Amino acid sequence: MSYDTTIDAIDTETQEAIDVDRTKGDFSYPENHKYDAGVGLSKDTVEYICDVKNDPDWVREFRHKALDTFYSKPMPTNWATEDLNNIHFDEIRYYLADGQKPMRNWEDVPPEVLETFERLGVPEQERAFLAGVEAQYDSETAYSSVKEELEKEGVIFVNSTEGLKEHEEVFRPWFGKVIPTGDNKFSALNSAVFSGGSFIYIPKGLKVKHPLQAYFRINSENFGQFERTLIIADEGSEVMYMEGCTAPKFESTTLHSAVVELVAMKGAKIQYVTVQNWSSNVFNLVTKRGIAHEDAEVRWIDCNIGSRLTMKYPGVVMKGERARGEVISIALANSGQHQDTGAKMIHAANNTTSNVVSKSISVGEGRATYRGQVLIPKHLKGCKNNTECDALMINTNSKTDTYPAITVRGNQHVTQHEASVSQVSEEMLHYMQQRGISQAAAMSLAVNGFINDLVSEFPMEYSVELKRLIELEMEGSVG
Amino acid sequence: MSTTIAQTNILESQPQTSADFPAWFTDLQQQAWQKFLTTPMPTRKDEVWRFGNLKQLNFDGYSDDESTEITYTIPTLPEGVICLPFEEALKQHGDLVKEHFMKRETRLGSAKFAELHKARVKSGLFVYVPDGVRVEKPIEVSHVLSGNRQATFPHTLIITGKNAEVSVLDRFSSANNEDAGLCVAFNDLIAGEGSKLTYCAIQELNLSSRMIQVNATDVGRDAHAVAFTLNTGSQWARNEALSLLNGEGAHSDMLSCSIPAGTQQYDQRTYQHHASPHTNSDLLYKNTLFGTSKTVFSGLILVDQGAHFTDAYQTCRNLMMEETVEANSMPGLEINADQVKCSHGSTAASISDEEIYYLRARGIPARQARRLIANGFSVEVVERMRNERLEEVVLEAVDRKFSTIS
Repeated sequence: MSYDTTIDAIDTETQEAIDVDRTKGDFSYPENHKYDAGVGLSKDTVEYICDVKNDPDWVREFRHKALDTFYSKPMPTNWATEDLNNIHFDEIRYYLADGQKPMRNWEDVPPEVLETFERLGVPEQERAFLAGVEAQYDSETAYSSVKEELEKEGVIFVNSTEGLKEHEEVFRPWFGKVIPTGDNKFSALNSAVFSGGSFIYIPKGLKVKHPLQAYFRINSENFGQFERTLIIADEGSEVMYMEGCTAPKFESTTLHSAVVELVAMKGAKIQYVTVQNWSSNVFNLVTKRGIAHEDAEVRWIDCNIGSRLTMKYPGVVMKGERARGEVISIALANSGQHQDTGAKMIHAANNTTSNVVSKSISVGEGRATYRGQVLIPKHLKGCKNNTECDALMINTNSKTDTYPAITVRGNQHVTQHEASVSQVSEEMLHYMQQRGISQAAAMSLAVNGFINDLVSEFPMEYSVELKRLIELEMEGSVG
Repeated sequence: MSTTIAQTNILESQPQTSADFPAWFTDLQQQAWQKFLTTPMPTRKDEVWRFGNLKQLNFDGYSDDESTEITYTIPTLPEGVICLPFEEALKQHGDLVKEHFMKRETRLGSAKFAELHKARVKSGLFVYVPDGVRVEKPIEVSHVLSGNRQATFPHTLIITGKNAEVSVLDRFSSANNEDAGLCVAFNDLIAGEGSKLTYCAIQELNLSSRMIQVNATDVGRDAHAVAFTLNTGSQWARNEALSLLNGEGAHSDMLSCSIPAGTQQYDQRTYQHHASPHTNSDLLYKNTLFGTSKTVFSGLILVDQGAHFTDAYQTCRNLMMEETVEANSMPGLEINADQVKCSHGSTAASISDEEIYYLRARGIPARQARRLIANGFSVEVVERMRNERLEEVVLEAVDRKFSTIS
């Protein structure tokens, strides 16, 4: 018998049924940039960005130091994929902008930018269910708005440039504190050339009912997007932030390297939702980390569908007693894609708990990797970690890896890690086909069933988006 | 064997190969020595040394002039079985040794020390069991390290023919409690078609000594290999175990029980390599940690492309007996095939108050209750060997260790 009987012979219909709609974001407009830092990276690039953005001196200094750190750090290919060597830092454009300030009304946004975001459905979603929106086009924010009543209550929702200039007293104490410049090569790169991204401050006790959203759009070729986001939720407040992203598919590689820092003060709760759908030429190398103080909670809800290579390990440092950290992650890797995702849970106080649930699907020659770190240091008591990672492999040449690292010191903790790898069994498909369901629909149903419990973790509006993205026929499998 | 006044330094002086050894082996040793000198030391950057203690790799000032005392306890052997000290086998059955001696790449971090071992090996055990022959009782070898700053490089090579069966026990201990010893032991287990090969290593070196033990198991079609390691001794031990499942129906059990106390550190790396379809591997590593001891477990299951219908399991459990212990686990998977069942699990937890309470309610004092539970935890993996004699010897060693812990 052949070992490749079952799913090797997957037909195009099935392939399509479990594949992602990649066409939605695959369009671009002619470039219209007043400011262009040119190709390649040097001290001059950083100077140019500082000048254009009129950065205060402390930011200028911060950027230059970061550039030195970036140069001094080697590529992490001792543990990461060699594909990183295909990023040519001297062929990338680091800053592209039209020189406009972020608009408060969609009418004021340049027509092709407005058209872009309309095609992506951003204004429509804003009207429907969002409390605020920031839309970034290449290096700068084109549109930024938050509901008036939230503004009155003291919510700050601006881009990072505005944040560091106009709210320095809130921004500066936490900026670069959750993720230091030298955390890794790409956080250093971001620190040197960052532009755009959100700065959010939620005042004490305020629970923001509707999510805030940011949409990151790359329009230009050979471009690197380096947004920088800092969210501070003050004592007892709650906020949900969602980000989406797309780019047209170019022949050359595009780099997206963001730094996202979250600070949840005592009793606060931050939920950060990502649906990543970059085109398949994008290197998506993102550093995301949150600090949870006493009784606070940080949740990363992460879905990675697009990009050529994603390396992203959202982390939570549980700094106060009873803090909670969670990462919920779905990754879909198709041929030509490597989703290298995971979680980092650092317990730094007693009775802190963390939970990681990761599900990945490898289709065709796609490769999905889980990489995780759990650290419970000395002298702590009552810490708990639970990690589950499940991988589903669709084709005979699909690949999946799991590399967790768990360090526990002391005897007052409970940790468990479990992982499984499985595939859609021949029997399962056969069973459904017996009942008149096409192979494509059966495969789609099975894949759905696999991730369904995680999809329901996404906010309602997003899980709708997600379902549309994954193009799975959900009926029947959603309770 | 003579003791020279100027002692040889195992890292600097070229080893003197015995004139009795076949030429190919002498050449091999000389090449290995050159490779040892040119292979760089592991660094912090090496993933295979993550969480590891590189300071323990300083073997400067050790010599291998004094011989380790090796005692062989050999049961009555059926006809055709070859069971000889390694150096004798080199002389008498050079071709058999040549075919299987250290054929696998040492990929779990000790490549440099593999060359050192190759260059300096002069003792150990060789077992060959021909087709269809079963050796009922275990062949037992005892290595007793003596002399301060003395190193030894024993090699165990076991080959089973078609449907053959054998079990081997290697015990490593020290002549006294003071002398710092170093043992760099390698074993090659070649399980031929349909055979059953059981290997058990007991490491009870004194607390001044260090051990590197590297295992390479090659499991053929329908064969079943069991490799077990008990760690209770030494200040630092590094175990690397690699199982290659090389034919349909191959089955490998990889087992380990470690009971570190005080400042002991055990660093274990494993590799389950499924190169053929319809193969099965099952790994269970258990650590019971006392004092300020530290363990590292790093495991990888690799399923090659085309190795479909693989079942591979990997479990590492840490029983944390005190507040000051540290356990690091890196259970990894790399799956490149379809129709596989793979799972790995890693846990770290302590004995719960309920468990102690339950036993105390039955009149068992708390300390004894903890000891009972810890003992039961170890027994589970020991029993997986399914070999009465080996289980008995290992459990005695486990008891010896527990009796030193208050």
